[in-house]
Amino acid sequence: MPSKKDIQDLYFMDARFKLLEIASFLDRVDRHEGEADFRHPAFLKALEAMQNPAEGTTRAQAVHLAFSDHSTEPADAATIQFAFGAVSDEV
Amino acid sequence: MKYIEPHAHMVSRTTADYQAIAQAGCEALCEPAFWAGFDRASAQGFYDYYRQLTEYEPARAAKFGIKHFCWLCINPKEAEDPVFAREVMAMIPDFIERETVLGIGEIGLNKNTRNELQIFEEHVEIAKKYDLPILIHTPHLEDKLKGTRLILDALRNADVDRDRVIIDHVEEHTAPLVLDEGFWAGMTLYPESKCSPARAIDILETFGMERIWMNSACDWGISDPLAVIKCALEMKKRHHSAEIVEKVIFENPKSFLSQCPNFAL
Repeated sequence: MPSKKDIQDLYFMDARFKLLEIASFLDRVDRHEGEADFRHPAFLKALEAMQNPAEGTTRAQAVHLAFSDHSTEPADAATIQFAFGAVSDEV
Repeated sequence: MKYIEPHAHMVSRTTADYQAIAQAGCEALCEPAFWAGFDRASAQGFYDYYRQLTEYEPARAAKFGIKHFCWLCINPKEAEDPVFAREVMAMIPDFIERETVLGIGEIGLNKNTRNELQIFEEHVEIAKKYDLPILIHTPHLEDKLKGTRLILDALRNADVDRDRVIIDHVEEHTAPLVLDEGFWAGMTLYPESKCSPARAIDILETFGMERIWMNSACDWGISDPLAVIKCALEMKKRHHSAEIVEKVIFENPKSFLSQCPNFAL
């Protein structure tokens, strides 16, 4: 199996690039007019979850869980067909 | 490198895509019935779609030496209207005996509604009645965790043979739920959602190489019909042996699909 350094050699530049994309995305939202919707706090919450995953949870799982609907009962009806990527209280 | 593409929506792809995947080593391809990107206006639209899946696509694939198989159902996005869904499901027995039909799929949930769940359960009963395997779609993004849990609850109640059920589109948070219950799991490699090749390999390394496959699920959206073979190359970069790569991209899907009476390479 690859070592930690091998993994860095394979993925560090790609991850660095993606981290800057995230930083720039957040800067872009800050810079533009209007109000961000529910996706913005959900995104910040997921970033926090990634940095502090619960014990027994990987960082990737923590991000998924931060974005997930944790309700347990089936919905009465579908008001939309798509998914936003984060839970909205409005649908 | 020989491989099986266990989930692709070729009705949405070009003939050049068949050529490309054949050149990449694809020996067989499985096409679940799905949403066309719009809601069909009538049940008759599904009759034509099932003909396309069972007649036209196998012939198109055969020109490139690829065996084409399909799964039949009404997808969960169009299952919210149960009257319409049942009208479509009533046509399935007319096609189920066709020689390239593998089983019932991709059934599942989209927005996790009561109607979707009801139609999902009725599809499972059709599969049980005809003694066929099941391919299950799990919902997108924020709906995936809840949908996977509802599907697992329904499958427990239906008392299905877990060896013959694959639950698709798993990601890091749902893969252990599916595998720990003894079902097969599918990972979908998408450029913008679901799994990247690197993350799919992380899932393999974390949860093991058993009872799991990967697919491109290429369709009309942003997707890559060569995603499986690209992930195989990524596995080599991660020092996985040729035997392990072949197990994941060929032997595992072959093992599951061989439970389908019509599957043969």
